[in-house]
Amino acid sequence: MFDYNFHWRPVIKSLPELLEAGLVTLQVAALSMVIGIVIGLGLALARLHLRGPLRWLATAWVEIARNTPALFQLFFFGFGMGAWGIHLSPFLIVLAGLSFNNAGYLAENFRGGFQAVPETQLRAARSLGMTVWQAYTRIVIPQVFRIVYYPLTNQMVWAVLMSSLGMLVGFRELSGETQFFASRTYRIFEYFAVTAIIYYVIVKIILGASRLAAWRLFRY
Amino acid sequence: MEPAISFFSGFRAADLWFMAEAAWRTLLISGVSIVIGSLLGILFGWMLHEGRLLASLTLAPLLDVFRSVPLIIQLVLFYNFAPIAGLSLDPFASGAVVLTLYCASLVANVARGGIAAVGQPMRRAARSLGMTYWQDMRHVVLPIGGRAVFPSWVGVALGVMKDSALVSVLGYVELLKASQILITRTQEPFMILTLAGAFYFALSYPISRYSARLEARWAQ
Repeated sequence: MFDYNFHWRPVIKSLPELLEAGLVTLQVAALSMVIGIVIGLGLALARLHLRGPLRWLATAWVEIARNTPALFQLFFFGFGMGAWGIHLSPFLIVLAGLSFNNAGYLAENFRGGFQAVPETQLRAARSLGMTVWQAYTRIVIPQVFRIVYYPLTNQMVWAVLMSSLGMLVGFRELSGETQFFASRTYRIFEYFAVTAIIYYVIVKIILGASRLAAWRLFRY
Repeated sequence: MEPAISFFSGFRAADLWFMAEAAWRTLLISGVSIVIGSLLGILFGWMLHEGRLLASLTLAPLLDVFRSVPLIIQLVLFYNFAPIAGLSLDPFASGAVVLTLYCASLVANVARGGIAAVGQPMRRAARSLGMTYWQDMRHVVLPIGGRAVFPSWVGVALGVMKDSALVSVLGYVELLKASQILITRTQEPFMILTLAGAFYFALSYPISRYSARLEARWAQ
């Protein structure tokens, strides 16, 4: 037992590249969150207020995103789109897959948030002379934001963890980069152990930052 | 001139059987992991609840690691660590071990929430009626707390079922891996992926709907 010689030197040597790839992971996760929030808001409002095919489409999006594996969604944007002759770059595959997934999960959170704000609030704002846009942006959305803040943070963590699937479609984010180095040096365990630590630190930084931001945002 | 050799061949009936077998493997590995992982998770949850300081210093950070590192990294790490530690595990065993621990770390939180959901006065009342600690656990905490967190447990179980797709990185041919193999050969990505996605959806959607309905009924 344990007659294996650990070689950490190659990992240390490529640490700068790994940290840079960690930044790529953060970027793609953050970008997919921004897209996910915008689409998720649209999906939630469509499910709450619309009738007909648009509502049906929104429901289908949400249910497919939530009831199939994230890897399946990534594959779909990867080689599924090939059926129509669309070939996305690895970066776009990961971004599209993550955004699709985020939008589906966030839409449900937003829907719950909108339902938690009493309708009388909107009516009160309207009777004070606010336009619908003003009532939403100044009265309803700030309250919804408070409710969905923690789910949003969680989803961001999920996005970072999910982005590791990029490894399977050839995207060189943290996991993909790690696999690239690991297969070049055969120090698979050492590389992935360091990468696990980097992921752990990234997740802790996100959670810490969000707690700090919450403390500043929700003081009153 | 000789006709060009084709590397591809169409989708045959035998391929459907291949996919069905792979779907069975998905069910097998997720079933094993969910059952053992849930039992282990309930034990951990109980330890977190009862152990207070000791558990929150030792067990809680350990379980947190499983939730802060991408599952795919955990899988690769364990699969490559097992031979170092002198174990020879096949992809199924490695995948099942990691999925079980992952499931346990998620269920632990759910179980702790369930135990905490039963109010202290209720527990005291049970004990003052002469129930032993275990009678109180079995006849008071389990039915009341279990009911409170059953929907979250269903969510975790479905999540593990979907995440079992990642075991494909170890070479375990579950449904998504089988689809990938077939797509490479038949060049019919759309149909095969739709088939695979429909399987996950058909499994996950009714169960999540059922649990949402149960939750609504119990909430009354």
